[in-house]
Amino acid sequence: MSTHTASEWTEARKKLLARYAGTSQFMQGDVAVALGAVYAGCDFFGAYPITPASEIAETMANLLPPVGGKFVQFEDELASISAIIGAAWAGSRSMTATSGPGFSLMQENIGYAVMTETPTVIVDVQRSGPSTGQATLPAQGDFYQARWGTHGDHEAIALSPWSAQESFDLAIEAFNLAERFRQPVLLMTDGETGHSRERVAFPDPADVEVVAREFAPDASQAFGGSTVPKMVRFGEGTSVHVTGSTHVADGLRQATQPPVHDELIRRVTGKIAGARDELTRLDTLLDGGEEVVVIAHGISARPAYGAVKALREAGHPVGLIRIIGLWPFPGPRLAELCAGAKAVVVPEMNLGQMNREIERFVDCPVIGLNKIGGHVFHQSEIAECAMEQIGRSA
Amino acid sequence: MSEQVKQPLLRYLRQEILPTTFCQGCGGGTVLNCFTRAVDQLEFDVANMVTVTGIGCSSWITSPYFKSDTLHTTHGRAIAFASGVKVARPDLEVVVIAGDGDLAGIGGNHLIHAARRNIGLKVFLVNNTIYGMTGGQVAPTTPTGTRTATTPYGNQEPPMRITEMVTAAGASFSARWTTHHVFQLIKAMKKAMSHEGFAFVEIMSQCPTSYGKFTRERMAPVTLKRFKESAVRIKKAGGMSPEELEGKLVVGTFTDEQRPEFARSLEELAQARMAEEA
Repeated sequence: MSTHTASEWTEARKKLLARYAGTSQFMQGDVAVALGAVYAGCDFFGAYPITPASEIAETMANLLPPVGGKFVQFEDELASISAIIGAAWAGSRSMTATSGPGFSLMQENIGYAVMTETPTVIVDVQRSGPSTGQATLPAQGDFYQARWGTHGDHEAIALSPWSAQESFDLAIEAFNLAERFRQPVLLMTDGETGHSRERVAFPDPADVEVVAREFAPDASQAFGGSTVPKMVRFGEGTSVHVTGSTHVADGLRQATQPPVHDELIRRVTGKIAGARDELTRLDTLLDGGEEVVVIAHGISARPAYGAVKALREAGHPVGLIRIIGLWPFPGPRLAELCAGAKAVVVPEMNLGQMNREIERFVDCPVIGLNKIGGHVFHQSEIAECAMEQIGRSA
Repeated sequence: MSEQVKQPLLRYLRQEILPTTFCQGCGGGTVLNCFTRAVDQLEFDVANMVTVTGIGCSSWITSPYFKSDTLHTTHGRAIAFASGVKVARPDLEVVVIAGDGDLAGIGGNHLIHAARRNIGLKVFLVNNTIYGMTGGQVAPTTPTGTRTATTPYGNQEPPMRITEMVTAAGASFSARWTTHHVFQLIKAMKKAMSHEGFAFVEIMSQCPTSYGKFTRERMAPVTLKRFKESAVRIKKAGGMSPEELEGKLVVGTFTDEQRPEFARSLEELAQARMAEEA
C-alpha cells in the first residue's frame, strides 16, 4: 500500500498554500517558479546545484516535505533528470531545475522522456555560454537547444516568462501541459528573471486549474491507440514495459521494423506539432498597420515593451509581439500579425537564434538585434533600432 | 503421447516474447533463472516490483523478459531512474539489473552515491568483463593484458574491483558470486531482496560470443570452469597474501549490516513535516 497518494498530501498542501493565497509577496523569479510548482501539485524534485537556478532547489527543499513531497539533491544533472522521469512513472508530478551546463547534460534523457511520453517539467534558468561562460549572468542562448538539444526527430514544448509573476504562472502551466500532452515541458527562464526580486500575487489554490493525470486500467495501449494515450503507473500490477527503444502500443520493444518506428515517431511528434495553435501564446501591442514590429521573448521583452510603448505614445508606427510559448514556434500567427510590416526587429540575448526562426515565416526583412555579455537590453537600444527601420522604410 | 510439462517459473516471464535473444552459452539466462527462483522462493508479489535496467545485453535479462513493471532506461542511468522510483514509492521493491559497463563504467557515479545514501535498491550487476552488445570492446573490468576489439595489443589498464568499491562507498549489503555458483547466487539474491538498505550483488558471468572472440573462452564451460577453480571465499581470502590472491576471484558476502534506508527516511521526514504543518 502506497503512503504516497494525492488525497493524502492534498490537505497538507492546502494548509501550506493557504498562507500564500490572496497575498502579494516580493520574491525572486526562481522562488516564484518553485511556488508555482507547489501550486501545481509537484511532489518530487531532484536537482544539482547550479547558478542561477539553485534558489529553485533551495525553495523546493524547504517546501516539499511539509506537503508530503520528496526533495533529493542528486550527484549530478544526469541523475536528476533520470530520477524525475522514474518518479513520474511511480505516479509523481516531478520537476528539475538547472542552467546551461546542466541543461546540456540532461539532453539525452529529455529525449528519453519524449520517447516514453513521460510528463515532467525541466526548468532552464539560462546563463551565458557556451561552457561555463558567464556563470552568474543571464542570456537567451538556449533557444534552439530547447528545440533541438536531444538527438533524433522530436518536438518540444517550451515556455518563456518575463517576470517573477509569470515564472509562477507558467510553472503551473508547464505542469498542466506536461499532463495534457504526456511530454516533458521546458520552462525557459533566465538569470535576470530568476534572480530579480519583484511582486508576485498568489491566487487561491481553488481558482488554479490543475490538470490531473489520467490512468488506463492496463498497459495494452499505454503507448499507442490514441494521439495522447493514457498512462499507467508502477505498482498497480499492469506489468508495463517502459523503454526508450522504439516500441509498440503496449510498450514492448520492436526496434527493427520501419513501420513501427514511423508510426510511433509521427504520433509522438504529431501530438505537439498538431497542437501548435493551442500552444501559441503571445502578448501584443498592435493595432494593425504598424510599419515595424518588435518581436521578443523573456527578459528581452521587458525593455522592448518599454521602448515600443514610448514610441507608440510618440506616434510612431511600431508594434510589439511578445512570444510566451517558444516551442512549438508560433510562426503562422506571427506571419498573420506581421503581414503589413516593413521590418521586424528581434532583440535577443544571443548572437541570433529566434530571428532565424522568424525569417522562416514573415515576408519582410528580419533585423536581429543581438546583445551578449550578460547585461539586459536598455530600452534605448531597442528604440533606436526600431526607429532606424522606420527611417529606412520611409 | 505425454503432454509437455510447463516449467512453473515461466509465469514470471513475458512468455509471448520467448525465446530470449541471448547468445548460446550466455550467462544472462542463468541470471534470469536465479533471479526468478529467488523471487519465487521469497513469495514476492511481483505487482509491487519494478525492475530497472540500462543499456547492454545484461539489461535485457529483465527488460523485457521478466514480467513486472520494467523500466528500460538510458545507458548508465538505471540506478538514477530507480532512485526516482524508490523515493517516490518507498513501498515498492525496486530491482536494478544491468552490466558492468553500464553500472560501473558509464554509470559508476550513480552506483557510488546510491551505495553511500543506502537507498533501498537491489542492484544485481552482471559482470562479463567486456562490452558484449557492441561487439567486444574493452571494459573497465577487463583483465590487464586481455586482447579485445579496442585493445588489439592487450589491455593496458587494471580492472575495476566493483564489489570492493561499492563496499567502500558504504553499501550495507554487498556480495560477489558467479554464474557457476548458482545456489549461492540465489541465496545472495534472496538476502539482497530481504535487505532494507542498498543491496549489491556482483555476478561474474560469461560472454562466449564477444569475450570469447578474443580469448580462449569461446565456450561457456571454459569460463565457468575458471570461475569454479579461481573462486576463493572471502573469509579464506582474508588470510591470503596478495601474491596468493593473484588470479583468484574472491566470492561471498563482503558486508551485511543494517542502517537507516534513504527512501524511508525521506518518507518519515515528509510525514513529520506534514504533521507539524497540520
